[in-house]
Amino acid sequence: MLKTVVSVALPVGEHLKIRKNVIQGNHTGKRLCVVTGTHGDELEGQFVCYELARRLNEGLEHLHGSVEIYPALNPLGIDSIERGFPGFDLDMNRIFPGVQNGHLAENTAYEIVQDLLNADMVLDIHSSNIFLKEVMQVRVSDITAETLVPYAKLLNTDFIWIHDAATVLESTLAHSLNINGTKTLVVEMGIGMRITREYGERLVQGIFNLMQSMEMWSGENDSNIANSEELNKTLSNKTRNSSEPTIANSILSTNGEVHFMNADASGIIIPSALHSSFVVEGERLCQIVDPFEGKVLQDILSPVDGFLFTLRTYPIVYEGSLIARIYEEKK
Amino acid sequence: MKKEILFELKSPYRDSFKIYGYRFGEGEHTVAIVGAIRGDEIQQQFICSQLVKNLIDLEKNNLILPNHQILVIPSVNPFSMNIHKRFWAMDNTDINRMFPGYDKGETTQRIAAALFEQVKGYQYGIQFPSFYIRGEFIPHIRILDTGHQDTESAKCFGLPYIMLRKPSSFDTTLLNYNWQIWETQAYSIYSSATEQIDKDSAKLAWVATLRFFAKKGIIQYSGHSGFISSVIDEESMANVVSENGGFFYPKVTVGQDVRKGDLLAKILDPYDGSVLSELTAPVSGVVFFAHKQPIVSQNTMLYRVL
Repeated sequence: MLKTVVSVALPVGEHLKIRKNVIQGNHTGKRLCVVTGTHGDELEGQFVCYELARRLNEGLEHLHGSVEIYPALNPLGIDSIERGFPGFDLDMNRIFPGVQNGHLAENTAYEIVQDLLNADMVLDIHSSNIFLKEVMQVRVSDITAETLVPYAKLLNTDFIWIHDAATVLESTLAHSLNINGTKTLVVEMGIGMRITREYGERLVQGIFNLMQSMEMWSGENDSNIANSEELNKTLSNKTRNSSEPTIANSILSTNGEVHFMNADASGIIIPSALHSSFVVEGERLCQIVDPFEGKVLQDILSPVDGFLFTLRTYPIVYEGSLIARIYEEKK
Repeated sequence: MKKEILFELKSPYRDSFKIYGYRFGEGEHTVAIVGAIRGDEIQQQFICSQLVKNLIDLEKNNLILPNHQILVIPSVNPFSMNIHKRFWAMDNTDINRMFPGYDKGETTQRIAAALFEQVKGYQYGIQFPSFYIRGEFIPHIRILDTGHQDTESAKCFGLPYIMLRKPSSFDTTLLNYNWQIWETQAYSIYSSATEQIDKDSAKLAWVATLRFFAKKGIIQYSGHSGFISSVIDEESMANVVSENGGFFYPKVTVGQDVRKGDLLAKILDPYDGSVLSELTAPVSGVVFFAHKQPIVSQNTMLYRVL
C-alpha cells in the first residue's frame, strides 16, 4: 500500500511528496524499512527496491510483519539529476534529525526521521557518487559496531567498513536513527547515476537473509550468492564470517588497514587496474596524463598488497581527487 | 602592503587556482580576514576589496600601529566565481564546510587546509560569509557559541546586533568554528546581500571592521563610534514559516518594526492570484531576516522577528 510520508506544496502547483510502499505480510511480525535516494545521483538502490517489492509481492504468505520501501527520500533531486536537495545548500544527509519548525529541507528531514523511528531495522542504501566506483559494502561507525556488525554480515557484501565517528557525521540519517535506538545499516555500492544489477541482486538476497534472522521471512532463500570470484581467490579465510552458501564472506575492516590514494597532479586519468581486484605492491592502478604534451604526470602505484575496493572512474582529476582505496589485510 | 600567493593549484585546462593574501603591518599576527569562500559571495569579496583599499591608505599614512599584522584574503574561490557557481565546480563541495581541512585529502579539503594554515594563530579572525538559508539579514555579527567566544570584543564592531548561534554538528566544519577551537576569536559579519553588491550595507561592514581595529588599538582611525550592540540568542527569535506554496507578496522589509498581529506578507495563488494565506507577526519586534525570492514553497522560512 502506497503511503505519503511528507507532502509539501511547491511554489507552482506541484507537491514535494515522499512516499513509501508498505508491504504487509500475511502474518504479524517486525518492521523493516529500506530507504534510498537521499542523494539524487545515487541510483543503485532503485533496482533493490524494485526487486525486493517484486519478490515480496510473490510471497506474502511467507512474510511476517511489514517491509516498508522508500525509493526516493529526495524525489526532486532524483527527478532533476541533482545530488542535493534542489535549492538548498546543505547535503541532505547532513541535516538529520531535522528541525520540526525549520526550513523546508530541515522539516522534511524531521518528518522522515519521525516516520522511521521505532522500525526494528532500517537499511539506508547509497551508491557513492559519479566519480568513484565502490565495492558492495556496509559502513558502520565504531560506536555502533558491536550492535550492527552481526546484522551487517548477513547482507551479502564483500566488505564491512568500521569507521571513526566524526562529529560531522552525527547529522546523517543513520546516526540520527541509531542514537535514538532504531538500528540502521548503511550500504554503499556501485557508482552514481548507474545501476549494477549484480550488486542489486546480491543485496536483495542479503535483505532476505536479514529478514530470516529477524524471523520476518519463512520462505525459501537459496539463491547461493556469495563473494565475487576474484575476492575469494585472493584473500585468506581468516576474516570470513560464515560458510553458509547464501551469505557472502564479508571482510571486516578491523582485520586490516584501509589505504587512501589521492591525485598529486591535475590531469586526465588513464585506468590500468580493475575495480574489485586484488593488487600487489607497486602495481600500477592508473596514470594521470597531460594530453597536450603526451606526458605522464603521475603513475599511481599500489602501496600495498590488497583489495582495490574503491576506484575512480571519472577521468578528470584535480590535485587531491580521491583515486582509490585499498584494503590491506593484516599479515 | 605585501601581496602574496598563499596557495596555488594547477587545473587540467583552465588557469591555475590561486589564493592571494594582502599583508599589512608587521609583528604579531593580530587579525586575519577572509572574504568570499563561495563563488556567489560577491558582496563579501567587494567588502574585502574595500578593506584592502582602506588599509593601503592607512599604511601609507603610518596609521597601522606597531607590532600588528593584518592579513586580508578577499577570495578563496575565484574558480567558482568566474563561472557563476556557488560551490567547487568539480564536485559541488563547499570549501567552508571542509575546515580544518586535510592536506592529503580531497581537493577542497586541501584548499581548506592550506587556507587554515595561513589564517590560524591570529588573535582575531573575521569572515564575511553567507548563510545556508538564503534571504536578507539586518547587518550583524554572528558568533558560534562554542564556549570559547569573546562576546565583549564583538561589541567593538559597533553593529546593532551580535547573534549567538549554538553550533549544529554540521557547523563543526566551518572556518568560524575551527578558528575558535584553535583559539582565535572568530567573528562572522553578515551584511544584507550576497550575489549583488549592496553599497550601503557593504560600507557598514567595512567601516565596522575598521572601527574594531581602532578600538583594539590596531590602527588609528576616527569614524563614527557605532551602536551599542545587543547580544541576542538565535533561538530567541520568532520564526514565520509559509503555510502554502505560491507567490511571496511581502508587506514589510528587513529592519522594520512590527507589532504582534501586523500583516507581514501574503502568499498568492500562482495561477489565479487569490490570497492563499496571510502571515502575521507572532511577536512585536524588529524584522531581522526576510525571504527575498518572489516564489516560496510551503514550510519556507520567510521571516525571523527579534
